[in-house]
Amino acid sequence: MAGFLLRRLGSLAFVLWAMTVLVFAIVHLLPGSVAHMILGEYATNEAIATLEAKLGLNDPLPVQYWRWFSGLLGGDFGQSLTMERPAGPVILEALGRSAVLAGVSIVLVAVIGVSLGIHSAVHKGSATDRALTLGQYFFIAVPEFFWCILVILFFAVWLGWLPATGYTPIADGGVTGWAKHLVLPVSTLVLGLIAHVSRLTRSSMLEAIESRYVLAARAKGLPERLVLRRHALPNALLPTITVLAVDIGILIGGIVVVESVFAYPGLGRMLVYAIDNQDLPLMMGGMIVITAVYALANLAADILYAVLNPRIRVGGTAA
Amino acid sequence: MSGAAGAATPARRRLPRTLVIGLVIVGVIALLAALGPWIAPHDPDAFAMRMRLRPPSLARPFGTDEFGRDVFSRVLAGAHYSLLMGFGATAISLAIGVPLGLLAALHRGWVEEVIMRGVDLMISLPPVLLGLLILAVTEPGLFKTILAVGLVYVPIMTRLARAVALELLAENFVEAARARGEGAWHILAREIMPNAWPPLIVETALRITFAILLGSALSFLGLGPQPPASEWGLMIAESRPFIAEAPWIGLAPGLCLCLLLIAVNVAGEGLRDLLDPRLRGRGHG
Repeated sequence: MAGFLLRRLGSLAFVLWAMTVLVFAIVHLLPGSVAHMILGEYATNEAIATLEAKLGLNDPLPVQYWRWFSGLLGGDFGQSLTMERPAGPVILEALGRSAVLAGVSIVLVAVIGVSLGIHSAVHKGSATDRALTLGQYFFIAVPEFFWCILVILFFAVWLGWLPATGYTPIADGGVTGWAKHLVLPVSTLVLGLIAHVSRLTRSSMLEAIESRYVLAARAKGLPERLVLRRHALPNALLPTITVLAVDIGILIGGIVVVESVFAYPGLGRMLVYAIDNQDLPLMMGGMIVITAVYALANLAADILYAVLNPRIRVGGTAA
Repeated sequence: MSGAAGAATPARRRLPRTLVIGLVIVGVIALLAALGPWIAPHDPDAFAMRMRLRPPSLARPFGTDEFGRDVFSRVLAGAHYSLLMGFGATAISLAIGVPLGLLAALHRGWVEEVIMRGVDLMISLPPVLLGLLILAVTEPGLFKTILAVGLVYVPIMTRLARAVALELLAENFVEAARARGEGAWHILAREIMPNAWPPLIVETALRITFAILLGSALSFLGLGPQPPASEWGLMIAESRPFIAEAPWIGLAPGLCLCLLLIAVNVAGEGLRDLLDPRLRGRGHG
């Protein structure tokens, strides 16, 4: 297990380093002058030259890269170009708020998605199973940004129950005010993912139920509940964990969209803001932080998988 | 063993209903997109300030937007964007990903190592982020969006092509071709490709849905075709300030987008049932 962990941590460090190279390369090597981009098309040559000197854009690229990368290692993301404050704290604050959104969503997706999937598999062919299967088609196909419009129309405009957009810190609006602003973004985020997870859980659960070890457990005369819980479920959950890790990637994409629509001041909205305003330090820092979070989430999924899967667990200790 | 598609029984050869339904809907949308400029009742970009925010009526089935433009004509004029993004981007990821995957499968060693590490790296970035990264520093536009979406899905195609090719390389008929002394190109063209395409086609079909989704999401964020283009994602984004007083501006393109996505998805699953019944219900995640 220790060897497995070390190897995974090593590759994680490599991925993050490679990502800094990739982000830096794409931002600096694509055609177009960075200073020109920031100042817009009517900038004078002097203004461009001043800004290039200020940002150190005339240094050779490896020097620029090293300045940025060594800063990152020390937790310094550079100065935001549009906010007159260091990018690091801006990114961290946004990350915290996005983490709330993502955390609540992933827990809901796992709990609701897995339970619906199990229910469908155990009651295969029933009316609920068929309704869920049909619903899944629909929920997977509807884009997040359109869900946003639909839930705003339904809950904010038509029913008037919830605020359509915005964010209230707990300090200002109390827990209720804070939570109210979370309901719509979270429900938009989870709808498609619940469908995705429940569909996969259903098929892997069905596969487990039809397997020989479940047949053997039934033949022993175990009660059906025990057969399902002890024998079918643990095996059926393994692929679900892999899918949850994939879904975290989709969730991050969803967060970018959902935060923009609901004006929720998280990392996704910050990233879109940084792109719109060509705030490069903010944008590059945001990209790196999101990659790191995604890589860590995948690592967590791998560890969970290894812990739950006896075959990998045994192999890991033997190695 | 089961590699040859020709081994399917006549009963399996019948087209799945899902494939037919999906293809018909996609076909109708494609036809409308192609005929759009000729059958649109109004100029999709013409302002009519006295006709602002009119609700749907017989003359204007989807109402008008904040500039008095006919939403129905705009939806019609925008249909080709989603189709181009979905099919174009998928074609790009196929054209780059499959050769890379085959190369990795045939040249085990450092070539494979470099390609697959690159793939791992690209996959370690969430898809939307990779698209954002590519679009962030260039001027947005339709073809850049298509390219960005296409590049995002290259690693998945590479992985799949490599896995399929590796599986086939271990088959007896490839072994036999090798024993006959056939060259690498012959084996690739005659033995691998004819048997590799069913899983590749199935994955491609399912990818189109994701490509349309990602493309329209990027457009929604303002990183696709620019106004006054009536790309559906962009139309939905522009409708937001008027959501309370004129919800039809966003609902019309949104519902059309959903219809297209469901149709493509359904057709893709039908295609999977037709070409690769083994994959059915198998959680290959």
